[in-house]
Amino acid sequence: MKSAIQDTKELKSIARQLRRDVINSLATAGSGHLGASLGLADIFAVLYFSHLNHQPQNPHWSQRDRLVLSIGHVAPILYASLANAGYFHRDELATLRKLGSRLQGHPGLDTQLPGLETSSGSLGQGLSIAVGMALTAKYDKKKWQVYSIHGDGELQEGAIWEAAMSASHYKLDNLTAIVDRNRVQIDGPTHRVMSLEPLPDKFQAFGWHVLECNGNSIKDLLDVLHKAREYTGKPTVILAHTKMGAGVAQIEDDYSWHGKAPDAKQRIAFLKALDNAN
Amino acid sequence: MQIDIGELQKRGDVPTRIGFGRGLETIAEIDNRVVALGADITSSVSMNFFQARFPERFFSLGIAEQNIMGVAAGMALSGKIPFAATYGVFSALRTTDQIRVSICYNNIPVKIGGAHAGISVGPDGATHQALEDIAVMRALPNMTILSPCDATQAAQATEAAVTQVPGPAYIRFGREAVPDFIPEDLPFVPGKAQKLKDGSDLTLIATGHMIWEALQAAKILDKEGIHVSVLNIHTIKPLDSQAIIKAAESTGVIVTVEEHQLFGGLGSAVAEVLAQQFPVPMAMVGMPDCFGESGTPEQLLKKYGLHAQNIAAVAKNKLQKIKS
Repeated sequence: MKSAIQDTKELKSIARQLRRDVINSLATAGSGHLGASLGLADIFAVLYFSHLNHQPQNPHWSQRDRLVLSIGHVAPILYASLANAGYFHRDELATLRKLGSRLQGHPGLDTQLPGLETSSGSLGQGLSIAVGMALTAKYDKKKWQVYSIHGDGELQEGAIWEAAMSASHYKLDNLTAIVDRNRVQIDGPTHRVMSLEPLPDKFQAFGWHVLECNGNSIKDLLDVLHKAREYTGKPTVILAHTKMGAGVAQIEDDYSWHGKAPDAKQRIAFLKALDNAN
Repeated sequence: MQIDIGELQKRGDVPTRIGFGRGLETIAEIDNRVVALGADITSSVSMNFFQARFPERFFSLGIAEQNIMGVAAGMALSGKIPFAATYGVFSALRTTDQIRVSICYNNIPVKIGGAHAGISVGPDGATHQALEDIAVMRALPNMTILSPCDATQAAQATEAAVTQVPGPAYIRFGREAVPDFIPEDLPFVPGKAQKLKDGSDLTLIATGHMIWEALQAAKILDKEGIHVSVLNIHTIKPLDSQAIIKAAESTGVIVTVEEHQLFGGLGSAVAEVLAQQFPVPMAMVGMPDCFGESGTPEQLLKKYGLHAQNIAAVAKNKLQKIKS
């Protein structure tokens, strides 16, 4: 993308805008998943405004990088990113979860929303789809890259590991899986619900190149995504350590905010907290 | 399309899975978007013809059916027409959620092969006899279900799944060699039932391997002065409801026959149409809400009443009940 932004301050400000849009659209919708949508805002800002090779005015451009949102429940951060990148007008964000909206509660390809690569919402399916895309790019000798976004709780799905096996079998170095390692899920901390560690070792054992970073640091993310793109021979997984609810101090790391939307009062308080955050 | 039964000559015995394999090879020759994904039983589902001919377009994915459906979805989203085939018990049932969300909700051209359909799988027993696949696939929006009656039609259906079905398709076929009899020049149009025999007393509506048995049942009944029509439902979904209503109008009695559970299969689909649009007396031949077992195909078809003599008996009983 011509307008790829490298300036961390500018990307930070974009991430803040994405968070604002997430809070507003969820408050308007009255339901949805706030916590991880906020936690992923920095990752999405870096992807859609700096890293991805894409053309928002030409959403079906054949050489675009593909992004598969495996965790469909964080659709609000994807929608906010697509709208701010120019795929559709930001006004449409107010239709989230409403009857007839292209912004379904979980993404639906039948809406023909520009920029959307696949439907998703049933956890554990997106890595397989990303493998299928990356395999196609390899077979067709195309340069485009594939990115998939996962939750850490999602890694408890067995199908993820079937897909992980196939990605390394086919040496899909054009595939980068990003795991939102916020260490919480609906029932509580991941280590209590179902242990995931040693997570880096697990991916290494499955034949992956493993990178870790602070998933709420723009600088870290720019660096690690660059490394992933340059790496050859194996698929890369980025274990992005984030805080659920990042940017809104009063709800950070609070897993009760996984699947909630702010009410009118909270909306104002959260937007204020965003402005006060550095 | 109407043909006299006298014209339907058995050319030999060929498994419908061979028809699938040959059809896949043919269509892959014509359309280079076609790729195939293997689940460790490539020869068993007859994708070995494709694999030998187009090795670079064949992708082995191992014993990981959920992943195969997702990978197929990813390839279809990238412009390919992937065939993913394994035994129907796995390709339709283990992977139902992947098929529902990644394939049907996306409405993309993934073509799923469901092998070892029905009880005629034989000695492998209940775990490997796909008897619920139609019920589950039929409930999914955007899915087309093709259930060809012989190897010739299986090849036609496989090609048509690419040329005439823009979205997802499930192609159901069996393991054992069965009579190959459909005229090669009989057009195969998804969603258009084929009337293979004409009679005015009753219509046998069947699918898959049961078509041959239905035709033999018709012969038995002919000798007893009962003349029945035979309707080949090679496409379970979208169902040719017009042809079914027409059969009900012209013969007044319907008997359905399938190698599948009675719940949710062809019989249910036909009943849904008739109950709402043209109710007539009906009987259903199929698996009566039970699992299969080991045995030879012949023994099993006999035990569960999936053979010409029983079909004829069920038809005769139904007619007698109506008269009395």
